[in-house]
Amino acid sequence: MSEALRAENIVKRFGAVTALDGVSLTLNDGEVLGILGDNGAGKSTLMKILTGFHAPTSGQLSVRGESVALRSVDHARSLGIECVYQDLALINTLSVYHNMFLNRELVGRLRLLNNREMRRRATEALDDIGVTVPSVDEEVARLSGGQRQAVAVARAVYSNAKILLLDEPLAAMGARESGLIIDLLLRLKARGDLSIAMIAHNYAQTLEIADRVVLVQHGQITFERRSAETSAEELLDVVRREYRAHRGG
Amino acid sequence: MSGQKRGALRRSLGRFLVWREASVIVVAVLLVVYFQASNSNFLTGDNLQTLSQFIAPSAIIACGEILLLICREIDLSAGQTFALAPFIVFYAAQAGLPVVLAILVALAVCALLGLLIGLVTVGLGVPSFITTLGTLFLINGLTLTISGGFPAGTVGGPVLTYIMGNAPYAEIVWAVLITAAGHVLLRRTRWGMHTIAVGDNLTGAAEAGINVARIRIGNFMITTTLAGFAGILEAFRIGSTDPLAGGSNIMFLAVAAGVIGGTSLTGGSGTIIGGLLGAVVLGVLQDGFTLLGINAFMFDIIIGAAILVAMISNVYLGRIRGMRS
Repeated sequence: MSEALRAENIVKRFGAVTALDGVSLTLNDGEVLGILGDNGAGKSTLMKILTGFHAPTSGQLSVRGESVALRSVDHARSLGIECVYQDLALINTLSVYHNMFLNRELVGRLRLLNNREMRRRATEALDDIGVTVPSVDEEVARLSGGQRQAVAVARAVYSNAKILLLDEPLAAMGARESGLIIDLLLRLKARGDLSIAMIAHNYAQTLEIADRVVLVQHGQITFERRSAETSAEELLDVVRREYRAHRGG
Repeated sequence: MSGQKRGALRRSLGRFLVWREASVIVVAVLLVVYFQASNSNFLTGDNLQTLSQFIAPSAIIACGEILLLICREIDLSAGQTFALAPFIVFYAAQAGLPVVLAILVALAVCALLGLLIGLVTVGLGVPSFITTLGTLFLINGLTLTISGGFPAGTVGGPVLTYIMGNAPYAEIVWAVLITAAGHVLLRRTRWGMHTIAVGDNLTGAAEAGINVARIRIGNFMITTTLAGFAGILEAFRIGSTDPLAGGSNIMFLAVAAGVIGGTSLTGGSGTIIGGLLGAVVLGVLQDGFTLLGINAFMFDIIIGAAILVAMISNVYLGRIRGMRS
């Protein structure tokens, strides 16, 4: 299996704080990787390095086997890396279709927005991955949490993502809503043309979606297994053990 | 009336009410009807001209202030830029530049002021409320220094003077054109979308790869340039360049026009056309009460009340809009 994305020995310091302390991980082609860990463990920092938002203090990234130094989010994007942040980066006061095309707006004559074409393509893209919203003209503020998440994911997928990074896609959502998102992610996984890394809190839900999981704790990866070979109980055990060892040490 | 009919009426009324600019139009029309009924001189050619002259400068500045309010910024010094610009035209022309070029130089200086305000605000992270409070005094001092505190005349031939504000309705024509351009900029261009994005969700906009600093700084530059342009129009119309023209009064009128027109003070949404309508409401109030012989002190009370009512109804209508789904 070939690699979509690989991080080697990533260190990230913010002043005196070491957020990541030598993280190495690989995301294979077409797989879903779950990145688990507590708040402040460094998951979000890792994510922001993979998206080109932060530059690592040291360490090496490679995309499809070629080493790269990501200069910006746009640079990462040009390599097919798309990200859905926890805050979703949606604009509440804009319509669904304007959000789908945020910073990729289609323009026509006189560089004016081509709203008709954006509306058409947004409808198509949402249909394509089975996301339903009341209307693509609706302001995002009026959507439910699950719909908002789905729009954010659809936006990332639609922009020709090869590598999709999701930050807590199931956070702060009711059972029905998170069910919708899990179904959406499983559908995307079934397409097979996307490599997905998702940061999450919930072990059971993550194991349901991911092919493989890693645990991030105090800036390091402490555990890695195929989802089929582990369980929520085992993961919880490892977290407890590490936590005690870390405090004791 | 049958229930069905009533339902249809309520629906269309509902649609009208949730249309952003609707409430301002209703208010403007009611005010015009009231003042015309109280004083038949209201809808005369002479008075409409006076009215248009009052409305135009604040409507032009409002276009800029609305863009700034949408991206959660404000320019408190727009009224001082308004006073500075015609002096630059005057002195540049006296130094030998053709008047058209002198106007362009003045607008370029105004744009530079906007760049400065933007760089300090965005680059150093100073709230624009503070930055422009500083530039308010700074620009005012600059104008007073270069003018020596005395008014100057204006430059330029009759045709240019005519076009640039001296023709009976020149200023309001400029205001309408600028409003139309501003509306297209906000609703139909990437710049407008990104301005809304920056105001609603700064982090999200940055994460989407939008150059948020460029948007914020650019809107400061648009505002200072428009403020300078309005000041130049005003000087050409009056035929005199006054170091104390505009000031905080015109800036507050512009911001009030924007807010009355339906622009949110919390960022992320607004309407340029609403700004022009807001300026019309303020102009009609000012002019109407003047015709009725209400004194100037009373006028401030009325304007204050009007702004409060407008903001309260904005919040209220915003809630109705939110409930519609």
